[in-house]
Amino acid sequence: MTPQSKMKGSEAIVRALQDEGCDVIFGYPGGVVIPFYDALLDSSLRHILVRHEQGAAHAADGYARATGKVGVCIATSGPGATNLVTGIANAYLDSVPIVALTGQVKSDLIGTDAFQEADTTGITLPIVKHSYLLQDAAELPRVIHEAFHIAGTGRPGPVLIDIPVTTSLAEVSYKRVETLDLPGYRPTTRGHVKQIRAAARAINDAERPVLYVGGGVISAGAAPELLELAELRRIPVTTTLMGLGAFPETHELSLGMLGMHGTVTANYAVHECDLLIAVGARFDDRVTGKLSAFAPKAKVIHIDIDPAEIGKNVPPLIPIVGDAKHVLAALVKELQGLEWTPERTSAWLAKLKGWQDEYPLHYEDPADGTLAPQYVVEEIDRVTRHEAVVVSDVGQHQMWATQYYTFTFPRQWVSSGGLGTMGFGLPASIGAKIGRPDATVVDISGDGGFQMTVQELATAVNYDIPVVVAILDNSYLGMVRQWQDLFWNKRYSQTHFERQPDFKMLAEAYGAVGMRVTEKDEVADALREAIACGRPAVIDFKVAAEENVYPMVPAGTSITEMIGGVAPRRRKKS
Amino acid sequence: MKHTLSVLVENKPGVLTRVAGLFARRGFNIESLAVGQSEDPRLSRITITIDGAERPIDQVMKQLHKLINVVKIRNLQPSGMVAEELMLVKVNAEGEKRAEVLQVAEVFKAKIVDVDRRTVVLRVVGSTQKLEAFLELLKPLGVLEIVRTGIIAIARGKG
Repeated sequence: MTPQSKMKGSEAIVRALQDEGCDVIFGYPGGVVIPFYDALLDSSLRHILVRHEQGAAHAADGYARATGKVGVCIATSGPGATNLVTGIANAYLDSVPIVALTGQVKSDLIGTDAFQEADTTGITLPIVKHSYLLQDAAELPRVIHEAFHIAGTGRPGPVLIDIPVTTSLAEVSYKRVETLDLPGYRPTTRGHVKQIRAAARAINDAERPVLYVGGGVISAGAAPELLELAELRRIPVTTTLMGLGAFPETHELSLGMLGMHGTVTANYAVHECDLLIAVGARFDDRVTGKLSAFAPKAKVIHIDIDPAEIGKNVPPLIPIVGDAKHVLAALVKELQGLEWTPERTSAWLAKLKGWQDEYPLHYEDPADGTLAPQYVVEEIDRVTRHEAVVVSDVGQHQMWATQYYTFTFPRQWVSSGGLGTMGFGLPASIGAKIGRPDATVVDISGDGGFQMTVQELATAVNYDIPVVVAILDNSYLGMVRQWQDLFWNKRYSQTHFERQPDFKMLAEAYGAVGMRVTEKDEVADALREAIACGRPAVIDFKVAAEENVYPMVPAGTSITEMIGGVAPRRRKKS
Repeated sequence: MKHTLSVLVENKPGVLTRVAGLFARRGFNIESLAVGQSEDPRLSRITITIDGAERPIDQVMKQLHKLINVVKIRNLQPSGMVAEELMLVKVNAEGEKRAEVLQVAEVFKAKIVDVDRRTVVLRVVGSTQKLEAFLELLKPLGVLEIVRTGIIAIARGKG
């Protein structure tokens, strides 16, 4: 127990962060957070000075995704806080635990349109799991303790603490808080016993089961339990974008990702299955396509820690509210007591295998001699032996990363799913690398998204954070161009970047290693060199300008109505 | 279909904004809202009536549950609750109209809370239907201003 001691509010914030196990904070100073930054000088808390507050939020997010710990960022009042907003919304949509601290003007100036005043708690209200306006300095230790607890437990999410400078300057008696008084917050972690029993029977009886796995399995640390369940009853597994890494894609039961750019087999499997076991997934429209045509033959078991997700889009036959780790373990235990023979699902597995052979992912080398973007991702996969932490930005390159990288372990994939935030990749990769210094961190980016937060290269160089940025550079906002190509008569309105910077020189200007690759046989060597150099490196891969991501399910149609996925080719995901 | 929700919340700043904002975001229109301290001084009780014809009410209840400061929610059924509101009405009461106003007030057990030479302020308590009926009778006499508290509701018996 820490004894009670008197200190400034700002010192108490630093102390409380450390008491919560926070070892790094991403931020940017400003007027009303000077007291915090002053207290920081006398502490061992590591601070990463970013170049834009949005970078701080994304870095905290990337750190949280890569480590499973709560990420922390800080910004000043007004514009500092509003610059965090995109990052907070991004964390909210993907259920990522971050604590965002923002400075606020003096208590007695709140509401007067003071200099750099913004109603931060008001602006962020719909995009936080919870928030505080910390007017009373005596509340400070309790609020910070609650914030970390709320961010990291149940369905994780961002918590914001808005701190008036008067609170930072007030004298507080700090005592470490270890108890909680949150009468309205008691997440259900243990699944209902009867429901689990019913689910086990349904799984045991199923002839064509599919596990549909989302990010909740990763948040819950339930990958080992998932593997056990899948192997015990030989259930094929498809993951959402957020669920990549929850189940090894090298496993014979892996079907890869489902949904708009999912594999043909995964989408067919969901369409044909008689039992769909959704775990920590939320039946998002990018997954289901036309809802009424989704899994039409299946009974649905839906396991989620958030009761509001259950029945939101698809009414399940067997809903189970609970933590995926606990529920999956309980299911395994229950199933071990039931009789079952592998013959029950063998015909189904053979059918899936047939689809996999018939409809592998495929692409062709571009006729103009430029690089195939898919090939670059395959080479990243080969060079890093499925072991890198892969970060992405948003767009075509992100989808090719999901398709052509082989994800094998949880927290290996760091990508903006729900919000689809361009500019996420580079700062998130910095956060991921800080959290996982032992891992090779590759940010697969596009030439559009990369430029949205390019200034964070300075951060990476400043702190010697050796991330590798692989830009799949096609001089287009590729995904929007693809939609214009397929659904808008190729009218490429404002999606072509006619003049792009020289990314190699740009990287060098920041003090990073810059490379440009145009030839197929240079791809692997460039990647090896970038990884080996131990410095932040940017590789500009000049890829085919008008390549599309296939297969594709047009928005609002059934996931069996895929474009470009059903022409059999020999090339396979290695 | 109209729904009456009784929501027990922590008595903390900003809670009402969170609750009201959530209804707006999820596409519900709040018809009436009343809030005040509950039997526990740390908790407030909000009675909300909404028109839930177009969207299922359980989704918004689940979302409401996710607010950290929301402790308990009850969807009160019409047969299992007592629901009342209070209304103040200022009516024209000049000359011979005054007698008529007082007569209507008498029938509805409305209380006269203010009188001057030209107007009378009446206070009436009861169900929404009763208040509407009361207003119907007063309208021809000249209703000048209406103020209503919104419905407060409580479950019958021990349930």
